[in-house]
Parts: sequence; C-alpha cells; structure tokens
Amino acid sequence: MSHQPSAISHVEGRGLPLPGDDIDTDRIMPARFLRAVSFDGLERHLFEDDRAADARHPFNDPRFAGASILIVNANFGCGSSREHAPQGLARSGIRAVVGESFSDIFQGNAAMLGMPCFAVDRASAAQLQALVEAAPDTVITADVATGAIAAGSLTVDASLPAALRDGFLSGQWNPTAMLLERFDEVRAVAARLPYIRGFN
Amino acid sequence: MADTLFHKVWNAHAVRTLPSGQTQLFVGLHLVHEVTTPQAFDMLRQHGWRVAYPERTFATVDHIVPTSTQRRPFLDVMAEEMTSALERNCRDAGIRLWAPDNENQGIVHVIGPELGLTQPGMTIACGDSHTSTHGALGAIAFGIGTSQVRDVLASQCLALDPLKVRRIDINGRLGRGVYAKDVILTIIRRLGVQGGVGYAYEYGGPTIDAMSIDERMTICNMSIEGGARIGYVNPDETTFAFLRGRRFSPAGDAFDRAVRWWREMASDRDASYDDRVAFDAAAIEPTVTWGINPGQSVAVSEPIAADPHDEALAFMGFAPGARVVGTRIDVAFIGSCTNGRLSDLEEAARVVRGRHVAPHVKALIVPGSQAVRRAAEARGLHEAFIDAGFEWRGAGCSMCLGMNPDRLEGRQVSASSSNRNFKGRQGSPTGRTLLMSPAMVAAAAIAGEVVDVREMLDPVPA
Repeated sequence: MSHQPSAISHVEGRGLPLPGDDIDTDRIMPARFLRAVSFDGLERHLFEDDRAADARHPFNDPRFAGASILIVNANFGCGSSREHAPQGLARSGIRAVVGESFSDIFQGNAAMLGMPCFAVDRASAAQLQALVEAAPDTVITADVATGAIAAGSLTVDASLPAALRDGFLSGQWNPTAMLLERFDEVRAVAARLPYIRGFN
Repeated sequence: MADTLFHKVWNAHAVRTLPSGQTQLFVGLHLVHEVTTPQAFDMLRQHGWRVAYPERTFATVDHIVPTSTQRRPFLDVMAEEMTSALERNCRDAGIRLWAPDNENQGIVHVIGPELGLTQPGMTIACGDSHTSTHGALGAIAFGIGTSQVRDVLASQCLALDPLKVRRIDINGRLGRGVYAKDVILTIIRRLGVQGGVGYAYEYGGPTIDAMSIDERMTICNMSIEGGARIGYVNPDETTFAFLRGRRFSPAGDAFDRAVRWWREMASDRDASYDDRVAFDAAAIEPTVTWGINPGQSVAVSEPIAADPHDEALAFMGFAPGARVVGTRIDVAFIGSCTNGRLSDLEEAARVVRGRHVAPHVKALIVPGSQAVRRAAEARGLHEAFIDAGFEWRGAGCSMCLGMNPDRLEGRQVSASSSNRNFKGRQGSPTGRTLLMSPAMVAAAAIAGEVVDVREMLDPVPA
C-alpha cells in the first residue's frame, strides 16, 4: 500500500496449484464478504464456499500452507471487477499468479497491488501444477524481466504485458503519483473535450 | 484516416504516454457506488490527496440496499454503515449522491443513461464490471478496481493499455420471443467467456441498428461475461433521440453541436478491425444457461452438449444430454443492470397478464431505478405483476448478487434475468441460476418450470 512502491524483479516461493478454467471472482471472494468498508481480514474468506464444499480444496491443504505463487489455468479472475479478490490473495501471502490467461480487470487489479500475473501455455501450467502437487516444497522463482519460471529442474517461459512488466521492474506499478505528476496536461485535455466545454 | 470509435475516443482522452508505456487516459465520467469505494476514499485521505474533479463523479447506492423497504436506518447494520460512509465521503468531497431516499436512485448503470450523464464519445469508469453497459450510447465505458477508483478520484485519470477491437455484426431479424438477452448469450456461447479478453467489442449490423437503447444496453452490459471489458454501439439517430431532453444532456443549440461531434466520433464506414465475426439473427432462439458461467447456454429445447464429467453438470443437477426446458424453478427474478429497464418490464408484463405465478414459485420484479419504477406504475405494469402474484419491489441490484436481503436459499433454482450464473452468485453457495430473458423468466414463473416463452405469446396476426 506504499505511496512509492519498490521494484519487483522476481517472486520466489513455494507454489499452490489451483486447477480449473474460468475461476471467477465470486468464487475467489464471495459477494457477502464485500459487505465491509475496509479490506481487512479478507484473507479469511478466500474461496470460502469452494473450501467448505471440498475438504481437499488446495487452499485447505496443509502441504501448501505458506505458498506464495498461485498456479492456475485459463481465464482466472473472470467476472466481477472486485479488487477484494486479489486483495484476499495478497493478504493471504500470494505474491504472484502463474496461469494460462487472466481476465483483463483481474490482471490490472493485481498489478495495482504489486502482484504480477505470468501467462504460460497450457502444457506449462499443467507441468507446474503436477510438479508442485508431487513436491510441494519446491521453490519456484518467477523472473519478471525474462519471464522465466524455474521450479526445480523445470523451467518454463512466461509473459507479462510489456507495460506491466516494466512497471514492476521500475517500481512504478502503482501509478497514482505518476498520474498527478504533470497535471497541467490533464487540465489541457479536459479543456479540449467538447462535452466538458458544454459544446461551446 | 478511417478509424473506430474506440480509437477516436481513446485518442481524444489520452493525456500522455507514461514511462511504463501505458496511456494516461482522462476519464470523462466517473460513477461510484457504496461497495467498491470506501477503501478508495480512505487511501486518498492517507495520502492527503483531494478529489480532482468532484463535478465529474456521481454516486448512488444500489448493491446493498434492501428492495422491500428503503426506510432508514436500514435494519441491515452493515448496509447502513456502507451507505453512511458513502454519504460522508461524497459530502466531504463535494460529489453529487443520489441516496436511497432520492427519486433518482437506482442501479448505477441504469441511472447514468436515464439521467443523460452517459453520452457518446465519453470515457466512463466505475468500480463495477458491468460499466460496459454505457457503451450502448457510444461511450467507452469499463469496470475498474478500487485502487483505480482511487486514481480516478485523485487524478480523473487511469493508467491503461489500449485494447484491440472486434466488430460483431448481427444480421437479419430476430424471431418472435427472441430478445437482446438471447443475442448476447448466443454471442458469448460462440465466442467463449474468455474470447473477448484483450478486446473491446463493437456491435453493429441491421439487428443492432433496429434495437432500442434499452436493448443495446442489455447487449453491451454482458460484454464482460464474454471477457470483453468494453462493448459499444456506434451512436446513431436512436441514440440522439434517446438523449434529447434528458436532465444532463446538452440543451438547445448545444444539443445540435453535440450531435455533430457524436457523429464524428462514430466508427468510419471503412475502419479496420482486429477481428470481425457475424451472426444470423434469425438463427437465434430463446436461450438459457445450464451451467456455472454465462457461456454455458443452449436454446431452450436443445439438449445440453457438455463433457459428461463437467463439474457444471453435477453442480446444476443436469444429466448429460438433458434439456433445460421442463426444469422446475423455485425463484423467478426480473431485474438487474442487464434487464431491469422499462422495456424489460413491459415484455414481462405481456407474458403475465391474465395469468398467475405457480404456487411454489417466489417471484420478484425489481425495477432498475426509482424512475423505472415510477414509469412502470404510470403504465399500470405493477398491477399486472401484483395481480399475477409477483412481488413489486424498490430499486436496487437485489438478487443479482448476494449482498442484500434478496438471496437464494439452499439448492434453490432461480430463473433470472441477471448476468451471472456463477456458483454462489445469487447468495446461496449451492443455489442454481438459469439466465434468460425477462419474458422467459416471466413464463417460467407462471409455468413453475422453464418453458419456451413463444408458447405463451399471442400469435402474430396473419
């Protein structure tokens, strides 16, 4: 939450495999937990309904406790724009997500929290999930600059949108200060827009 | 050079290229509600930032408000706290708020167009993924998270990457009993729930041209369910007629000048697109979802084609190859930012007049705004619904999502005119949602099970 975030060159930690396509933000953070005026404590409700329905849900599995890299499949974080979903993940210790694809809004929200979403192909996601399932203690290193994800003897290639990648590397992933920096230019654009000028 | 509305609007609002390579984009209209903003106002206070353009942000309360009675203080303590927090934040920042007791309150995506706040050529952001709705008027409108709400409050800008544009043409005429909802469900079914990731969807073609703004809003609303953060329709005579005389629309000569600018912002005839697809309207049938994402749909009488091991089948209780028609329902919900407008209620009323809700069904009509409610009452629609056994509620998001007292219980099955059939979406972790048009929901409420609404509509005179 710092005003001037620090650079993120890589994320290192153990993995947590969460298989399945189209895992929506209602599943990540059910709507009733958005009934609050702060993000505090959201980590307690992460996947709450999925976890209650399945004792073997990866977030219930003690082998993955303390993991910091979530490994998912396609279209992760689809649906609602609720930042409560990546907030809950971040507050539970997740610092990066590796998966086949992400919804645009989720990826943007995660970036604002300094949480890179690395895109890998389907085979790589499956390999990483299988590896972590078999050897949960494996330390994974995800390199923001090169997109290389190393896990034991396995290395796979990942990608990040260029602007987000550069933002992580330069420490400018939280843009508010930048947006305020040259405010005369903002005022100039506003002054040119016909609807702001009353179409005069 | 020929260009799309998306790029013209983007370029008109681009402040500069940020060091990261992203565009600093000016936001012309910022809409806020009670759920995704209190943390943003807190962040502003922590940093000592002020709201840069309070006159370009408008607020209402929709997600958590009860729809049975809107008397304050709400019995729901948290709903009261969230509403009070928004009232305090708006008062301190000088932001106009339509609170629950105000005649303009309603779902944020219903009131924006209704008040004429939403206009062609604008950039519009709101902490809600269904902000794509506003694209129906030719705006570039998209959902954002809370940290981005903070950015818009502080700077009226966002740091964003541009999207690609996919043109979606709908050709031909829709059959009787087939609605905009069926069109968008069919689009999502074909292109997939992630087909639109990285894209803005531009909808056009004769079927879209012939649609009202309400119908276009239903289509643009669910763009996000197909992965597209933005969906829009180019402004045309229908758009201009809709906007004339609305409270925040330009008036007098300014309206004529506005129309000229709005026309210029529309995509040029020879604009090029990153992708194009076309649909035949005549082939679209009344469509229902059978699964746990909005792409899992079928024509109402068509067998479900799914992998027999798909978790969605088990969750929903459908056998492989089953048909949705004939599925017994417990709840019927007509409302939401997708289908809670006057024309939606009119179509539903056509089905229910002279009929009665099945005894085992709890049936709700929730107007999308207080203005929709008043307009429906002026036409006597509320009497048709009440006589038929529906509950006639106040404005809000209601049973679209489990954040207010309107929720499914246990494994109840809901026929719903809303936008998401995700597990747990309607408030019960095991509740089951079948998405369909408002007319289809009305028909299901009457029959007590999913039916083809065409069987209940008067035959077209020869």
